[in-house]
Amino acid sequence: MDQPFDLVVIWAGIIGFAVMMYVLMDGFDLGQGILYPFAPDDHSRDIMMNSVAPVWDGNETWLVLGGAGLLAAFPLVYSVFLPALYIGVFLMLAGLIFRGVAFEFRFKANTTKYLWDWAFAGGSFVAAFAQGAVVGAYVQGFETSNFVYVGGALDWLTPFTVITGLGLVAGYALLGSTWLIMKTEGELQQWAYKITPILLIAVLAVFGVVSLYTPFVDQGVLNRWFNGVSIIWLLPILALYCAFLVFRAVKKQQEGMPFVATMGLFLFTYLGLLASKWPYLVPPDYTLWDAASAYESQLFLLLGFLFVIPFVLGYIAWSYYIFRGKVKGGYH
Amino acid sequence: MELDPLILSRIQFAFVVCFHAIFPVFTIGLASFIAVLEALSFKTGNPIWQRLSKFWIQVFAVVFGMGVVSGIVMSFQFGTNWSNFSYATANFLGPVLSYEVVTAFFLEAAFLGVLLFGRDKVPQGVHLFAAIMVALGTFISSFWILAANSLMHTPDGLVLRDGLYYVASWRDSIFNPSFGYRFMHMALASFLTASFVVAGVTAWFIMQKRELEANKKALSISLWLILILAPAQVLVGDFHGLNTLKHQPMKVAAMEGNWETGTGVPLLLFALPDQENQQNLFEIKIPKLASFILTHDWDGEVPGLNEVAPDKQPPVFIVFWAFRVMVAMGMLMVLFGLAGLWLRRGGRYLENRTFLNGLRVMSLSPFIAVLSGWIVTETGRAPWLIYEQMTHAQGLTPSLTGGMALFTLIGYIAVYAMVFSAGVFYLMTVFRGGLETANAEHVDSDVEKAQRPISAANANLEGGL
Repeated sequence: MDQPFDLVVIWAGIIGFAVMMYVLMDGFDLGQGILYPFAPDDHSRDIMMNSVAPVWDGNETWLVLGGAGLLAAFPLVYSVFLPALYIGVFLMLAGLIFRGVAFEFRFKANTTKYLWDWAFAGGSFVAAFAQGAVVGAYVQGFETSNFVYVGGALDWLTPFTVITGLGLVAGYALLGSTWLIMKTEGELQQWAYKITPILLIAVLAVFGVVSLYTPFVDQGVLNRWFNGVSIIWLLPILALYCAFLVFRAVKKQQEGMPFVATMGLFLFTYLGLLASKWPYLVPPDYTLWDAASAYESQLFLLLGFLFVIPFVLGYIAWSYYIFRGKVKGGYH
Repeated sequence: MELDPLILSRIQFAFVVCFHAIFPVFTIGLASFIAVLEALSFKTGNPIWQRLSKFWIQVFAVVFGMGVVSGIVMSFQFGTNWSNFSYATANFLGPVLSYEVVTAFFLEAAFLGVLLFGRDKVPQGVHLFAAIMVALGTFISSFWILAANSLMHTPDGLVLRDGLYYVASWRDSIFNPSFGYRFMHMALASFLTASFVVAGVTAWFIMQKRELEANKKALSISLWLILILAPAQVLVGDFHGLNTLKHQPMKVAAMEGNWETGTGVPLLLFALPDQENQQNLFEIKIPKLASFILTHDWDGEVPGLNEVAPDKQPPVFIVFWAFRVMVAMGMLMVLFGLAGLWLRRGGRYLENRTFLNGLRVMSLSPFIAVLSGWIVTETGRAPWLIYEQMTHAQGLTPSLTGGMALFTLIGYIAVYAMVFSAGVFYLMTVFRGGLETANAEHVDSDVEKAQRPISAANANLEGGL
């Protein structure tokens, strides 16, 4: 490479960051939808929805950034994943549409309010499942030839991706319940304390299945983890430590810690996944460098990002600050 | 029957993009209107500005929500159905769309939350700032997306190597030859859309004698805007047409229904273009007028479709008629602007029921005009995805089958039909509730009893249907 420095790794970091931001932030609000049918009563559902109403569309913007950012920095990912996951992407989008409009419509409906409850719950579940299946499909890899996807429409749908799909549903529900612990009080908060350990156990179960299963479907992953002890073993250990922190914090009825520790659990699991697959971005054939766009395009966008992103993070933080504290009634 | 993924993908893209386009074209203009209302409220302290603003923010919320969710679909369409196109153009398209996200979408999303829910949580000046940021975000967004779209019409500043485009000049590719015209045309279209919707809804309120003081002001503002913007749009549209003539002559030939290059070409008021036989049926024409409009010379030369092979021509019938619908809407808008001016003396525009009813109907006209305008420009580019460089067929996703495309096409139609009918229904509820409901005591407050302010206030409305 004749460029002064390698932007590909920097871009891997930026996209990785955007995806993580999306998972954490839309995770807790998709989680509200997943938990919706099980909420104690209708009043609780109002509060659950209100707790995320001011921020959900900002959260989903990270998904759009992930999509557009991939097209900019790693176009091969965009042009292989989306055709390969064609049906799954449609289901995810349909889910996001229904849950997105439910925010506006539910509060304006009377007799049809229960329909929007179901749209919110069903849409959130389907979107979360589809995203989890994408993670599974990434681990499985894609059938490509000459930089083009050549597999079938439903190749991605396997028992493994169903498990990862359900795993992410449980994970988002966990983010959602710990968010509720932080943002609510009284009966709803007590309910969230009660279900959090159950959700955590479900997440850990999937975590275990995936960890055991992945090395057997992918020789590269097996070698990475079992050819001697390396620093990456710290990642699953830290993830499990975070899970322990969630348990302990719930037991002690702490309010902020469960959410923070759940974010840690997500972060270290995600880093562990990336460590398994590095440097393959479109497995099994293409690495980060194969998938990257032109140097001048990466540079052009990077310069803008360095300038704009601090502002973006600043005013997002500010908008969260405005809506800080416990959610009582509605600001709708 | 063999299902053709190409045709199905084109129908799907046309469908999802048309469905999406109607929301931003309204919200871009409405965001500015709200920002102006908030500014007037801040400056004068007159409570009617805030009454108006609270109502239109409610409308904005519903429409913006539908715009956001249908927009997320758009950002994935390029990859799912047009992966070859995306991959080939990623060096340009990727950065441009990413800039749209970081400079516009986040701005809109973060400040929209404050605009909708933060009135009691931040000082009034900050709330006004949020309104301005949302309006600014909508414009920045249209800047980037129209840069991307314009490049497909008038590619510039790119070099093609081994099937991939590389950006030679960011300035030339972003500010490509048709970008400025398209941006102006679209910006004016957005302002006109908001003006006509505000005018139509307000006319209805005035006929019902509701909140007259505030609604009279809103109608007056929107009619002044229409009077200025509608003729300005005709002018900008003319410049945009001349730009198209220079860069995409076959699109103009299809708009004019002109099969053979010639001088002194007539303007067709009516015709049924027959592409198979390369001629028009039942022409009604004004001699030499097309030449005059396009070249400003009665005997100027106008290109004809015979300059390219029939399989390189756009579908003439669609382009020809969509263009006429757009122009007819534009003319009606100009007429309503002038009528508003004429009726202003003695305040007759507030009394004349024919005029007020006309405004109600006209609130649909900008949407019809915008959609037909986009159909003209997009269909007129066919068979090219990137003008004279890449065809639709070359841009399609190779692994896509007809069955997959049909499945999602039906899926999107079903999903959007449900969402759209619900959206229109709730929008009507907001309209019926009017300024009174939007300003009811408990709206925007954060107290326990107000969990469902809108539904509580509208209980009788939905029940009364």
